[in-house]
Amino acid sequence: MAIIRAERLSKTYRVADKQPGLAGTLRHFVQRRHRDVAAVKGVSFTIEAGEMVGFLGPNGAGKTTTLKMLSGLIHPSGGVAEVAGHIPQRRQADFLRQITLVMGQKQQLIWDLPPLDSLRVNAAVYGLDDATARRRIAELAEMLELGEELTRPVRKLSLGQRMKAELLAALMHQPAVLFLDEPTLGLDINAQARVRSFLADYNRRHGATVLLTSHYLADITALCPRVLLIHEGGLFHDGSLRELSSRLAPCRLVRLELEEPRPATDFASYGEVEACDGRDVRLLVSRERLTEVVARLLADLDVRDLEVSDPPIEELIGRLFRQGEVA
Amino acid sequence: MGSMGMAGLLRYGRTVKRFWGSALASQMEYQVNLLIEVLAMAGNLAGSLLLLWLIYGHGHQLGGWSLEAALVVLGIYTFLDGVSSTLLRPNLGAIVTQVQQGTLDFVLLKPIDSQFWLSTRTISPWGIPEILTGLALAIWAALRAGARPGVATLLGGALMLLSSVVILYSLWFVLATTSIWFVKTWNITEVLRAALSAGRYPISAYPAGLRTLFTVVLPVAFLTTVPAEAILGRASGLWLLSSLAVATGSLLFSRWFWRRALRDYTSASS
Repeated sequence: MAIIRAERLSKTYRVADKQPGLAGTLRHFVQRRHRDVAAVKGVSFTIEAGEMVGFLGPNGAGKTTTLKMLSGLIHPSGGVAEVAGHIPQRRQADFLRQITLVMGQKQQLIWDLPPLDSLRVNAAVYGLDDATARRRIAELAEMLELGEELTRPVRKLSLGQRMKAELLAALMHQPAVLFLDEPTLGLDINAQARVRSFLADYNRRHGATVLLTSHYLADITALCPRVLLIHEGGLFHDGSLRELSSRLAPCRLVRLELEEPRPATDFASYGEVEACDGRDVRLLVSRERLTEVVARLLADLDVRDLEVSDPPIEELIGRLFRQGEVA
Repeated sequence: MGSMGMAGLLRYGRTVKRFWGSALASQMEYQVNLLIEVLAMAGNLAGSLLLLWLIYGHGHQLGGWSLEAALVVLGIYTFLDGVSSTLLRPNLGAIVTQVQQGTLDFVLLKPIDSQFWLSTRTISPWGIPEILTGLALAIWAALRAGARPGVATLLGGALMLLSSVVILYSLWFVLATTSIWFVKTWNITEVLRAALSAGRYPISAYPAGLRTLFTVVLPVAFLTTVPAEAILGRASGLWLLSSLAVATGSLLFSRWFWRRALRDYTSASS
């Protein structure tokens, strides 16, 4: 039995169509014009209880909008969503007790007070008795490596500490379904890794279902065996991460810094030239030819520095859609 | 809130306790606010008293009300202003910000009535002296005006005060709700405050046109004049019933309006 089901889910926003400048403002004031923007266009998928699923897509692809529809914050313009046996936008108490939504860009903790005060408010709202609340806070604090931070005003915490406290506040009621929108946004590498291992741990302990969006591919690789990729409001990939990454990144990015500037034409035989700016060159080389090409580059040219990486996820996705490979 | 058992009520009670506990904890860092609020109240009250003294000192009367009776109205106005500073403004004024910053999301995700949360989330204790001063002034002036305190008068007065708080709350909440559509709400609540300051004086002191406006369109009459009549023991049953009806109606309307607005909520992205 699927715990999350989306069927031809869509959302259209009405936005004001306004020209810039004073004249545009005046014209808009007199004659309001709106245009409909489809943020999500007929997305369908199901997620089984206990799965950890990564939600990928460029900015504005409709990831956040989909999460907000699944958590009942906004009403879909079309289609049906069902989460934990409920229609999300009805926001019944029984549904809300089973889900949580963490947003990397918004915080629920009271700014001037220690996290513990906000946690006590949440305990009362979810109807947890003191003993249960204490036990859950202790368990989560241990998993998150939070200690005296819980008694320091939120405004005095680092971003990483604050995010961990946010996770604690969001999970105190032991939800079965976690919607996580960029939970590692802005965190340094160490903090990102800690949040990641916490989420994996939480999923193991409680069998919770997790739907996660992130700009950092590392979050997805570490956590999600299954990936949903949406682009321009539609679902383009639903499958394992391996399938996706071989489709997305058949190439690796080679960055060169040369002693002498050279024209772009010199590099055609090594790979696809992505950028050539005098001494700084960026090449896309297929995975199979990588070692051979790097060896040749080092032999043929005066190389000051060389770096091999995966092209950024946004770029890969962009490339994929420009090539039309997944239509 | 729908159907709710004893356990549900207890949960709401505990929640309010935690809400106000945490609000007081963070307010205690700003003790100077007490001084500011008390000074502001003293200034307002002194201005109104001076005006009344000038009017009555020259042998005029406001709409047939004696000075003492007019002071009851002023006391109730002060009481309501105190309730606004303590509860309404801190909570309802924050709704616009919550919509702008998108933190309303967290409220909507909690298994608790969202209107209840938004209306009780915080408390500002600095308005309490104003509430007490207002009540004291109203009672003192009523006694001076010859009111006889009896069970019926006390009950009627208390009920009318409650009605007036409910009406003011509902009106304010409905205006704050419009920020769901007009995210940059043009501080409409300030307009409301300005209009309501008409409630300082008995409604019959105003010309007929305004009197109708203040009774039918803006319920200013129900906010101060009707409770004052009740405390003075001279309110008619019809007025009492209409006040209760207006209070119930506006509260129900505010709930319907909030639910309707949430259907159009789009949730700010960052």
